[in-house]
Amino acid sequence: MQHLTVLPSLAGGILIGLSASALLAVSGKIAGISGIVGGLLTPKVGDTAWRGAFVVGLMTGGLALASFAPGTLEMTLPRSTAAVIVAGLLVGFGSRLGSGCTSGHGVCGIARGSRRSLAATVTFMLTGAAVALIVTQFFGGRV
Amino acid sequence: MDKARTTGTLVAAFACGLIFALGLGLGGMTQPSKVIGFLDFTGAWDPSLAFVMGGALATHTLLRRLIVARPEPLLALSFAMPAKTDIDGRLIAGAAIFGAGWGLAGLCPGPAIVAAGGGASAALVFVPAMLAGMVLHEVLTARGK
Repeated sequence: MQHLTVLPSLAGGILIGLSASALLAVSGKIAGISGIVGGLLTPKVGDTAWRGAFVVGLMTGGLALASFAPGTLEMTLPRSTAAVIVAGLLVGFGSRLGSGCTSGHGVCGIARGSRRSLAATVTFMLTGAAVALIVTQFFGGRV
Repeated sequence: MDKARTTGTLVAAFACGLIFALGLGLGGMTQPSKVIGFLDFTGAWDPSLAFVMGGALATHTLLRRLIVARPEPLLALSFAMPAKTDIDGRLIAGAAIFGAGWGLAGLCPGPAIVAAGGGASAALVFVPAMLAGMVLHEVLTARGK
């Protein structure tokens, strides 16, 4: 069972907002993770190193979390390897087709007042909720 | 000066990635069970992740106004601005597909990369599949041109 974590979640959100703001203020870049990673797969001269540095920063953060707060990386959700692979394919393909994910559309885009990002965010929240609901109701929460 | 600028943007990108990761971890986004607890509102709904998004949105909306009021970023020539403004089929289809994957495993790109950096087993399977999905999109797009 999950517990309500209002204050840590709010603090985590503020950190994400500060990170996105700092990246914009220093480099003028948008902190959309799928866009940053996608750009690494189609490298352009002068527009690749910062993406790599950002991703290394993310992974270093993951290493720090694993070392000092391992509970934050708990993978206890009952999902088969096949389900995780299908999910990864959908997330990778969909985020590129739709030009963004939770960070790029959900945070940066909506903060910019983008109608596209609002539409995308409402859409992925709805399909995410629908799939989560189907897994819980029809598959007993395990796939 | 140019070299100093480049170094500065790299250090900034690394630091921003690090802070972003800590925010995701502290906020609960790197726990798939918590993400599903948020998305599946029929069970014991856990609205915590709405506070992650709310906190990030409030902070960035406010600071963004001050930042883009300046003529240019500190170490770059201009602020990136997405060119597209219309809501088209690709946007909605892509978001729908992305959401389905997010709701299936409870991982989206940022938290997945963070968790993979921390060696979390599910993320180590998820991230290569996600990269393959991204490459598949590039291949199909290139073929369509």
